[in-house]
Amino acid sequence: MRELSEVRALAYRELKKWYRSPILIFMTSIQPLLWMGLYGKALNLTGLLRIPEDLLSQLPPEATRRLGVIINEVLSRYFGSSDIDFFSYIAVGMMGVILLFTAMSSGMSVAWDRRLGFLNKLLCAPINRSSILFGKVASSVVRGVAQAFLVMLIGLALGLHIHVAGPAEFLAALLVLALLCGSFSTIITALTLKIKTWEYHIAINNLITLPLMFTSSALYPVSLMPDWLRALAIVNPLTHGVEALRQLLLLGEGVISPLVIPHIGFLAVFAAGSFALGYFLSGLALRSI
Amino acid sequence: MVEAIELTKVFGKLVAVDHVSFTVAEREVFGFLGPNGAGKTTTINILTTIMRPTSGRGVVAGYDVLEEPAKVREVIGYVPQDLTVDDDLTGYENLMLHASLYHIARGEAKTKAREVLRFMELERFADKKVETYSGGMKKRLEICCALIHQPQILFLDEPTLGLDVQTRARIWDYIRLLARDQGVTIFLTTHYMDEADSLCDRVAIIDNGRIKALDTPTSLKTSIGGDLIELELAHASFSVGEAISSIRGVKEVSEENGVIRVWVERGELVMPQLLGELIRLGVDVRRAEMKRQSLDEVFLRLTGRSLRDVGGSRDEVMRRNITIRRMRSR
Repeated sequence: MRELSEVRALAYRELKKWYRSPILIFMTSIQPLLWMGLYGKALNLTGLLRIPEDLLSQLPPEATRRLGVIINEVLSRYFGSSDIDFFSYIAVGMMGVILLFTAMSSGMSVAWDRRLGFLNKLLCAPINRSSILFGKVASSVVRGVAQAFLVMLIGLALGLHIHVAGPAEFLAALLVLALLCGSFSTIITALTLKIKTWEYHIAINNLITLPLMFTSSALYPVSLMPDWLRALAIVNPLTHGVEALRQLLLLGEGVISPLVIPHIGFLAVFAAGSFALGYFLSGLALRSI
Repeated sequence: MVEAIELTKVFGKLVAVDHVSFTVAEREVFGFLGPNGAGKTTTINILTTIMRPTSGRGVVAGYDVLEEPAKVREVIGYVPQDLTVDDDLTGYENLMLHASLYHIARGEAKTKAREVLRFMELERFADKKVETYSGGMKKRLEICCALIHQPQILFLDEPTLGLDVQTRARIWDYIRLLARDQGVTIFLTTHYMDEADSLCDRVAIIDNGRIKALDTPTSLKTSIGGDLIELELAHASFSVGEAISSIRGVKEVSEENGVIRVWVERGELVMPQLLGELIRLGVDVRRAEMKRQSLDEVFLRLTGRSLRDVGGSRDEVMRRNITIRRMRSR
């Protein structure tokens, strides 16, 4: 497969630049960390539903028991489980969000290749035009999955409670991360192949990323959303990615669980669609004019 | 090796390349000389399959650029005007990246990489990051990258842009060697007169997308009247003027304030004869100076303007500046 070796060579070029600059890796991890730390710790949604001990002691035992049942019911209805804490909830959401940031940066790098003239060199080399796109995508998948993993490790240090059923579930979580990152970076890169200035890129990135983040369940549960937002959230791939991750990493669901499979299925179909679109658009945008 | 037949490229209202026709022979060093925006890079882009001509035909190594672009890409090397070698990678890694883009097996690529690095005298720096290279070294590495798949034709777009005089001369030596010893056909563009003059076997002068003249640098220079020899003698006399006029290659003789001006076809051939004749006549020559016609004057005569006008779109200017900055930075 000539295309595979082309993609690998181009992805390798990007990755070498990336892993040789630990500062860059650190900097790109800061933003999700801030979200996690500030939003996850300060806006403790699940904490609101816990009754302080001194108030609890003033109630008769029967009332305490009843209140406890109601609160647990509320928690599991909104967050999937009554043991989930909001920090863990947000931390996994941020693993999805960092993929989005990584996907954006891969779109920017085509504009740089164009400006620096490297793109022209690729265009007169005997390679498939789509390899130029998928080289970027492949490198952003590796970067994205690694950074999401890093976010998880830092989350663990800050009090993230994970509950994974087994190695297969962990691998499934990696697959979810890869599908999510692959499809987002394919779409963003393909749409920005023709764009020549990075000012536009920043505008487009903000236009795409922030709405994607806020219409997903990365920051708050779908069940808390108003109807119109919920309608958007359930077609947002980020929701499916993050929900699958929560089931696999926080709630200890098995891979073949009906709470996991539909999300992975949705992501797989979405990824296949984006790859097809990317293949088509790269042929169109990078053809000789 | 390269043939352009009525090649034309139109961008909106601008005719960037206007019915350009030329042929480049095997092992020839062929140059496109013209100011920025003359259509040089567009011509290269068409011949390297980056762009499609609006009309006309381009044939490279026997393959039509429109019908068999994939075949063309296999046999050409392209050194863009911009520096595209990756600063964050080592020289060797840059070469291996190019080798994989040309589907060269790893073992073979290693041998080839060493070979081209030796040829460009960069062996010692192979494992250093490119950001530590000087501008000239980066350009040499860029040429290495374009050579790794042993192309039959090398396209060089402004190969010495932004480099200092010594480095330029060194790059010229490599390019000459490539054509002479390795049998690579060279197509280059330049807006430097001296580069076209000393490097190219033949030069096409291009302006506003049209070829104004195409010939060897020597013929181009003689075509506009050849060289001028100025003489100052201790004692002027009529017989000297007559004697000079009778020498072969002398076209015109005039005298002004004791300075004799002799217009000749090829100064380097006439000068020795001229001096020999004057010595034979016993004339005391105080000063003899030859002013060679340069391509600068040829260009001025053909286009009515000097080569030094610089312009271009925001993107072009920015890219040129980035290139020059990277050339100069270490």
